[in-house]
Amino acid sequence: MSNLILLVVVFLGSFVIGYLLISRIPPLLHTPLMSMTNAISAVTILAALAVFSFPTTPMEKVLGGIAIITATFNVVGGFVITDRMLKLFKGKKQRA
Amino acid sequence: MIFRTRESIHIMTLLIDFSVIAVLILGIRQFREPGRAKYGNLTAAFALFLAFILVLYRNGIVDVGTVMVSLLAGAVAGYALARRVDMIQVPSMVAFQHGAGGVAAFLVSLVELTRTTHLLNQVSEISGVLGLAIGSLTFSGSMIASAKLAGRMRQTPQVLPFHSFLVLINAAALVAIGAAAFFVPAGVAFSLYIIEIILGACFGVLLAIRIGGADMPVLISSLNATAGLAAALCGMVIESRLLIAFGATVAASGSILTCVMCKAMNRHLARVIFPRSIPRQAALETTLPAVQAMRTEAEPADSNKDMSDMNEAVAALRAATTVIIIPGYGMALAKAQQEVVALATELAVMGKNVKYAIHPVAGRMPGHMNVLLAEADVEYEDLLEMEVVNPLFADTDVALVVGACDVVNPAAIASEGTPISGMPILLAQDASHIIVCNFDKNPGYSGVANPLYENNKTIMILGDARETATNLVAGLQDNWH
Repeated sequence: MSNLILLVVVFLGSFVIGYLLISRIPPLLHTPLMSMTNAISAVTILAALAVFSFPTTPMEKVLGGIAIITATFNVVGGFVITDRMLKLFKGKKQRA
Repeated sequence: MIFRTRESIHIMTLLIDFSVIAVLILGIRQFREPGRAKYGNLTAAFALFLAFILVLYRNGIVDVGTVMVSLLAGAVAGYALARRVDMIQVPSMVAFQHGAGGVAAFLVSLVELTRTTHLLNQVSEISGVLGLAIGSLTFSGSMIASAKLAGRMRQTPQVLPFHSFLVLINAAALVAIGAAAFFVPAGVAFSLYIIEIILGACFGVLLAIRIGGADMPVLISSLNATAGLAAALCGMVIESRLLIAFGATVAASGSILTCVMCKAMNRHLARVIFPRSIPRQAALETTLPAVQAMRTEAEPADSNKDMSDMNEAVAALRAATTVIIIPGYGMALAKAQQEVVALATELAVMGKNVKYAIHPVAGRMPGHMNVLLAEADVEYEDLLEMEVVNPLFADTDVALVVGACDVVNPAAIASEGTPISGMPILLAQDASHIIVCNFDKNPGYSGVANPLYENNKTIMILGDARETATNLVAGLQDNWH
């Protein structure tokens, strides 16, 4: 039970910290921010990996495999596209 | 003694988990400064990588082959698509990726709920069922959003008969089936889980098809939040602190962006999801005659008048010392960014102070316009947010509107009861001169006619924004040299 409480605390704590952090990010960067958090949301890849920590039936293998593919697609694509976008943002200092 | 070692191992894993979460926080923090955001992104990616390694190390993998092949396939596809995509397609791509994350979430939930190798506790089970529903609605909603944003689907809201009623029925069915799954034997539960996934997908479709073009930033932000929530729920299922923390952070981010977008449109989230049909209709009717009058006025395109408008605009720009450019999605649709930036550069060379005013909902996702202009080589110091730029308009000689309508519509302040009433706008009307380079005089997405077009200070140059910008540059250069 204490483990469960810890999990809920982690959820609430992360939500609050995330809220505080993200409300201070300038609107200028909202698109890259969303694109990066989009990549982070594919952290489900960890759960997809955990499917294979135990012996799997063929069906579980297929479903888990698809889950890993889609989650990896999301992670890699998300970070790469964010990187591309952020490289476009140039300031006067960098230009000079 | 044994107890102590276990305890210390437990504390150790806790510390390691929190360190990884701290790395993630560090990454997000760097997004406060545009110059450092690049490293923030890399830091966040590194945090995710650490979490990945940790899970591999702690849990181990039974079937290495399948895992490796799947990882490789996903990574190659993700990389290839992300390299190729155009900046104007970013919203569609982000929506598509949200969808992929949703698929992963409901599949993992399904496997964990049905597998027999270990039993789930009740909380994990509840989280799993929620994960099925939220994962699948994120998937289907994102696919619709992505199709709409890519122009593969009609942009206008599609309303089915009894739409709101269907949404409610669907929501009730989701709850009922989800609850029933706890009280039936495992064999039956499996089919209920499948039904839950299908219902979740239907729910996502019902919500998304009703949301039209300019409301897309709200939809895509909410899907961002649900994607994070789905991930956190998966974390509850497998009792992984890392997964929960990462997912909750994303859920927070998506929620904030949803609020920001709703505020920027002065809309309640509930109103975006359940639009009131009557006021919208009424607003259309009241503005329709005015619009039609304007259309007939605009119809006989007098080339002499066009020329004089152009000359007038060139003269106003030449006389100006400060110019604020207001880009809208119309500029992006006309692919006129480069031409508009060329115009801005020309003005800057002439010694004028040129800035850009960015409305929060310009574009199809939060902050989209900034990316498009950054791509066209505008320095980010020149991209001003609404709160910063609005007080500056009174001292501005020319406000140059390119492909924007609703975000500069004074009716949002002046009249009540229109769909945009109360929406914060860019105060182009305060500038000494206003040059509007729009395709036509038709109202924007809201359907509310724009009184700014009839203002005495306004010079209208109708037509393709790309051409208009090029002509303005030519006009400026003509007498300058």
